[in-house]
Amino acid sequence: MVNRQQLLEKYEAEKNRILNRSGDIALGKKEILVCAGTGCMSSKSLKIIENLEKAIKDNGLDIDVHGTGCFGFCGKGPIVKIMPDDTFYSEVSVDDAEKIVSHLAKNEIYEEKLFINPDTKVRATTTNEIPFYNKQVRLALKNCGFVNAESIDDYIGAKGYQALALALEKSPQEIIDIIKESGIRGRGGGGFSTGLKWEFAFKNKADQKYVVCNADEGDPGAFMDRSILEGDPHSVIEAMAICGYAIGASEGYVYIRAEYPVAYDRLVKAIKAAREEGLLGKNILGSSLDFDILIKFGAGAFVCGEETALISSMEGKRGEPTSKPPFPAEKGFWKKPTNVNNVETLANIPQIILNGADWFSKIGTEKSSGTKVFALAGKINNVGLVEVPMGTTLREVIYDIGGGIVDGKKFKAVQTGGPSGGCLTEEDLDTPIDFDSLIQKGSMMGSGGMIVMDEDDCMVSVAKFFLEFTEEESCGKCTPCRIGTKRLLEVLVEITEGRGNMKHIEELRRLCTVIKETSLCGLGQSAPNPILSTLEKFENEYIEHIKKKKCRAHSCNDLIQYLIDVNECVGCTACKKVCPTSCISGEVKKIHSINQENCIKCGACKSTCRFNAIVVR
Amino acid sequence: MPNKIKVNLNSSHFQELDSFIDGLETTEGELISILHKAQSIFGYLPKEVQIHIAKRVNVPVSRVYGVVSFYSYFTMKPKGKYHISVCTGTACFVRGADAVLRDFEEELEIKSGETTKDGLFSLDSLRCVGACALAPVVLINEDVYGKEDAKKVKEIIQKYMKINSEG
Repeated sequence: MVNRQQLLEKYEAEKNRILNRSGDIALGKKEILVCAGTGCMSSKSLKIIENLEKAIKDNGLDIDVHGTGCFGFCGKGPIVKIMPDDTFYSEVSVDDAEKIVSHLAKNEIYEEKLFINPDTKVRATTTNEIPFYNKQVRLALKNCGFVNAESIDDYIGAKGYQALALALEKSPQEIIDIIKESGIRGRGGGGFSTGLKWEFAFKNKADQKYVVCNADEGDPGAFMDRSILEGDPHSVIEAMAICGYAIGASEGYVYIRAEYPVAYDRLVKAIKAAREEGLLGKNILGSSLDFDILIKFGAGAFVCGEETALISSMEGKRGEPTSKPPFPAEKGFWKKPTNVNNVETLANIPQIILNGADWFSKIGTEKSSGTKVFALAGKINNVGLVEVPMGTTLREVIYDIGGGIVDGKKFKAVQTGGPSGGCLTEEDLDTPIDFDSLIQKGSMMGSGGMIVMDEDDCMVSVAKFFLEFTEEESCGKCTPCRIGTKRLLEVLVEITEGRGNMKHIEELRRLCTVIKETSLCGLGQSAPNPILSTLEKFENEYIEHIKKKKCRAHSCNDLIQYLIDVNECVGCTACKKVCPTSCISGEVKKIHSINQENCIKCGACKSTCRFNAIVVR
Repeated sequence: MPNKIKVNLNSSHFQELDSFIDGLETTEGELISILHKAQSIFGYLPKEVQIHIAKRVNVPVSRVYGVVSFYSYFTMKPKGKYHISVCTGTACFVRGADAVLRDFEEELEIKSGETTKDGLFSLDSLRCVGACALAPVVLINEDVYGKEDAKKVKEIIQKYMKINSEG
C-alpha cells in the first residue's frame, strides 16, 4: 500500500467479513474461532482446528476456521466460538470437533459443551451470558480472540493501521499531546506517563533514535503481554510505528522472552506481513516516515524488565541496570535517545489515536485512565486474562469475574505486582484498583499479575517464595540488593524451619528499609515489598512461626507433624504400606502410630487413609 | 529457540555456527543471539564453544562467560534426551509445583539442574510459561503436562522410558 487511500480501499474490501463476524451486519456466513493461545494450545487446540476443518470438508460446508489469540477464560480452555451467533463452547476436546460441526450443519447448538453457570446451573449459549465477561471492558485485548492472529487482512478489516494513517497526517507534537491528554500511564509496572516519556525522547535531538517494545514479561504468573503478542501482534507493530513517527525514530525493536515461542512466531509473521503491505519500511503510506522493526531475544533474566538493564541486554551484554539519569530518552540503546514502552501500553495507542484522548480519559479513574489487563491465577475458579476499567474493585475482579475461591475455601490474600508488589487482604477488597490506590495499600500495579491465595497458603512461605525469586534474579551489581536479598531470604528460612526468634522481625524490617532506599534499580527497591506487606498484614503468622513453632496453613514442613487420630484409626495398615520411610508401626486392626523422628512429612499416609485418621498439626 | 537436543562437539556444528556468524551484518551487540544459535546447535554451551565464539566476535572469553552465566536460559551442562522443566511461577507455586519438583528429584535421583547418568533425563525449574490455567505445569521437551497430569510423576517418567526403549 502506497497511501492512505489504498489502506481504506483494503479496509472496505475486508470490513464486511469482520462486521459479519461481530454480528453487526448479516451476510449469513458462519465462522469458527478457536483459541490458539499458549494455554489452549497446550490443551491441543491446534488439533481441534485440524479436526474442525476436516469435519467441515466432510460435511461439505463453507465455514472458515480461525486460530485466534486468547479469549481470556483460560481456566475453561480450549475454547471454541461460533460467529456471528457468539456460541461459546468451553473445555472442548479434539473429539468434540466433529460433533460441533455436525450440529452446525443442522443449525443446532451442541449443548454438551456450553458453559454452565455455576450459580444458576443454566447453560450459557452466548459469551454475554457468562459472568466472567460481564464486567470486562476489552480495549488492549479488543482483537484478542476476535481476529485471526496470523492474518493482516483481519486486522485491517477491524480498522487496523488507520490510526497510523491518521497519525501521519498530524504533527509529532500533536500526537504526543493526544497521548499526554489521554492520561495513559505505563502498564509495565512503573505507571509513568506515556505521553511525557514520548515527549522527552522527541525533544532530545539525535541522528538516530529508537523505539523499544518491552516484551520481557518476567513477573511469574503474568501473561498479558504474551497474550497480546499472540493474539493481536499488529496492534503493537502499529503503535510502534506511530511512536517512531512521534519521537523521530526509524528503528524499532521488540525485546521478547525466549520462553515465548508462539508469541515470537506470530510477531515474526506479522512484521513480515506488514512489510509486504508497505506498512513497515520506507515512506510508509506515502509519508516521510521510514520505520522498521527487529526482534531481540531475552535469555531469562527478570531484571531485564527494567529499561536500562533491557538496553544493556539488547546490546548483547549482561543485563545490568545503570543509574538514572541519564534516562533512556536521553541516552538509551547505543547511547541514542530511546523510548521503551511495555506491550500492553502500546496495544492501547492505536485506539487512543482513533477515538481521541477524551474518549480514553473518560474510562477508568481520574488519575489512572483506561483499563488494565490482569492475569488472574492461583486459587481462583476462573483462571484467565481479564481486562477491567481502572477503578474496578478487587472484590468485583475476584468474585464477580473470577468466580470466587476454588473449593469454596476462604479468601486470604491476593498478591498484585508479582515479586515487586505486596499482598492485599479482605479489608482491601473494596478498594478501587488503580496505580495510586495500590501503592497506598503497600502493593503496586506491576505488570498485572494477580495471584489469589486461600486459607491453605502460609504467608511467611509466600514471602519466602518471592524472596527466593528476587535473590536468584538479583543481577549482583549493587550491594544492597545482592547481599540484602540473600540475608532476607536466610532469615525467612530460619523462621519457616522453626529456628526463628523475635529479633528476626525487627531485623527484617530494618533490612527491608535499607534495601528499598539504597538499591540501584526497581528490582532491589521493590524486592522487600512482599515481606513488608505480609509483615504488616500477617505479623501474627510470623509470630506464630517463631513463638509457637506453628504454621497454621500446614505448609511449612518443619513446623508440622503427621499424627494418627486414635479415634478414627481402624488398623487397616494401608498407611503403613505406603510410607516410604517405614516410620508407621502397628498391627492389623490395632491403632497405628507414626515415629516422628523418621517421618519426612511427604503426606503419602494422609492421601492413602480412607478413614481420615491422619491429622496434620 | 530450544531446538532438538544434540550433544556433539563435532566440526559440522562449528561450521553451522560459523556460517550463522558470517551471515550477520555486524557482530556488535549480537553476542546473545549468537549464543542462542550456538545453544540450539550444540544443546548447551561448553567451554570450547564459548572460546570459539569469543574468537569469532573478538571479545575476551570472560565476557562471553559473563553473559552465559548471567542468563538462566543458557546452560553449560548438556541436557538430557528428555528435558523436564517444572514451572515454579507463582500460580504454579500456590498449586503445588514445589511438591512436583521434589517428586521428580526423588524419582530420578537427581537435583534440579542436573542430568541423569544415562543422559536420558535432565531436570530444571523455570519461571512461568504463562499457562497459569493449567497450573502446576511441567514441560518435557515440547510436551505440556498440566493440572492433575503434572502430578503423576512416576507415570510420566515411565512413559518416556518406554518411548525411549521403543526407539
